[in-house]
Amino acid sequence: MAIRERLSGNEAVAIALRQINPDVFPAFPITPSTEIPQYFAQYVADGEVDTEFIPVESEHSSMSAAIGASAAGARSLTATSSCGMALMWEELYVAASNRLPLVLALVNRALSGPININCDHSDSMGARDSGWIQIYAENNQEAYDNMVQAYRISEHKDVMLPVMICQDGFITSHAVENMELLEDEKVKKFVGLYEPDTYLLNKDCPMAVGPYSVTDYYFEAKRNQAEAMKRAKDVILSVGKEYGELSGRSYGFFEAYRLEDAQAAVVIIGSAAGTAKDAVDRLRDEGKKVGLLKIRVFRPFPAQEIAEALSHVKAIAVMDRADSFSNQGGPLGAEVMSALYLGKASAHAINIVYGLGGRDVRVEDMEEVYNALFHIIETGDQGSIVRYMGVRDKEFGAGIH
Amino acid sequence: MSYNFKETMSKPERLAPGHRMCAGCGGTIAVRNVLRGLHEGDKAVIGNATGCLEVSTFMYPYTSWEDSYIHNAFENAGATLSGVEGAYKALKKRGKVKENYKFITFGGDGGTYDIGLQSLSGAMERNHDLVYVCYDNGAYMNTGVQRSSATPMYADTTTTPVGEESNGKLQNRKDLAEIIAAHHVPYVAQTTFVQNFRDLHIKSEKAIYTQGAAFLNILAPCPRGWKYNTEDLMEICKLSVETCYWPLFEVEDGKWTLNYKPKNKLPIEDFLKPQGRFRHLFKKGNEDLLVQFQDEVDRRWEELLNRCGA
Repeated sequence: MAIRERLSGNEAVAIALRQINPDVFPAFPITPSTEIPQYFAQYVADGEVDTEFIPVESEHSSMSAAIGASAAGARSLTATSSCGMALMWEELYVAASNRLPLVLALVNRALSGPININCDHSDSMGARDSGWIQIYAENNQEAYDNMVQAYRISEHKDVMLPVMICQDGFITSHAVENMELLEDEKVKKFVGLYEPDTYLLNKDCPMAVGPYSVTDYYFEAKRNQAEAMKRAKDVILSVGKEYGELSGRSYGFFEAYRLEDAQAAVVIIGSAAGTAKDAVDRLRDEGKKVGLLKIRVFRPFPAQEIAEALSHVKAIAVMDRADSFSNQGGPLGAEVMSALYLGKASAHAINIVYGLGGRDVRVEDMEEVYNALFHIIETGDQGSIVRYMGVRDKEFGAGIH
Repeated sequence: MSYNFKETMSKPERLAPGHRMCAGCGGTIAVRNVLRGLHEGDKAVIGNATGCLEVSTFMYPYTSWEDSYIHNAFENAGATLSGVEGAYKALKKRGKVKENYKFITFGGDGGTYDIGLQSLSGAMERNHDLVYVCYDNGAYMNTGVQRSSATPMYADTTTTPVGEESNGKLQNRKDLAEIIAAHHVPYVAQTTFVQNFRDLHIKSEKAIYTQGAAFLNILAPCPRGWKYNTEDLMEICKLSVETCYWPLFEVEDGKWTLNYKPKNKLPIEDFLKPQGRFRHLFKKGNEDLLVQFQDEVDRRWEELLNRCGA
């Protein structure tokens, strides 16, 4: 029987880590992810885990030590947010290119500046090309479930790539929700033991990690990373299915919510999907055909599957909680639109940047998004492709412009 | 730990030949002789900051390292080996690793005094059971002889070039061994290639077999940056000690010991003269620069004597 609990997202993730009992956990605090290593340090102090917890002096060092530990043959991880991730940027690439199966518990927060501690996705979106698998959560339950699945994906022989388990700063990391935990033994059995083939502490075969690779070899290493990311798709699906058999909650690349006959659809990542679902329900009650596609897996990017799921929709709003400053909207917008093009979709598509630095998103805001989409469907006039929602605007006031 | 030169020198090499380091380089001499401190049968994981040593000894698909080896980046050799040592503790505790491993990481002065100082300081303060070895050649040699905080005053480097309006680097070098000693780790020592390596061999073994964090600072001349004739390497090291520019000392659990006191302290000119990077100091009109250099060496030497009660 599952265990009913009321937990914050940070505590839920910390509990998943307690259940996993990893070998090495180096960490450095940064709001809003600080609680994860704090809870974990207490588990160590109370003897609930026997992990080597290494309280390092910076995030660059937390990821560096996690890499060292993983190369040595240990199951390792760290946690961070925002500028902490920016400081470990170089190491994100090193982890992925060394094909180390480690995990980063990321609590999404805006990047400086101005300095801001609240939620947006600019930290992980900036790292979208670092070679990490990225899995996002709408709520505390999903953050927990994703963490339990992380090592099964990362350590799979077809994958061997690091995994970022992302959740929204404060919105899910600090808000307490009802949720279900699995029993410790079930989690341990599901995650299994880590048995690497090659590692530094292998007495029978020493190993050298991190070579200088000249032009003769570098490109092949990168191509192999790309192939592993491709293979990760099947592994993510099979692990998500197996997790469903264990918990009753199955996971895929994304969740399609009331999308089957929708004319207007929103594509979104993270906690604002919950707000958008409420808007969908309200509008459906009014007889409007609206739906939602909530991205769970952003890396690898399930382009074909997204295009297929949206193939019947007439107008789409892709919601970005990060800006690319490219004059072309945000990262999710760019990738979904390119997926639609490849899928030969004829739908209108706009890209809305929202919620930067923790700016509130209300159900009414999401209703406005659907209204804008119906306006496009009715008039055939797409208007601005890139728009901003909920930001003060001298000319128009708040709203979507 | 009794020292036997013959036994130490007859240990199998743990850094294979065929690497691409320069002739007359101090770096590999430091590495080969530090690794002689390992007891036969003990396994090791070697760490390495980015630098000449890394790019010349582990160029894919070849490695010179007999032991397991990890290079991560320039500024994080301390943190990386902290993670490896943490993994060893965890896996040993859980019965997955049964053998004895030792952890030794090498960095140049760029990766150690400068960009990697924070990572090193963290690893030392957390007292991981590892040895950090700095092979100090006093500049960023891998990128083409740029100044570092280990570069001595008045050295000619590519970012402190000597010119009409410049006599080279204007600042004094940082004293890293003292900084690490201030971390109050169990063992800190400074050495170079003198006395047939006796001092280096003894200190390496001590550092490796001291429980907790240890730091070795080894003066390791670079023929490209220092501009000396490769065959003069050992003589220059000897002069660095005889002029008291590079004193041999160790700090064990906070106790400072001077390991060698020259009978006749030689003038600093003897150390500077064979090096092209100091050529300008011997031009007419620059006599006062040599006096300043000597004053700084004297001041630091006196300070060390006081600290060691010697």
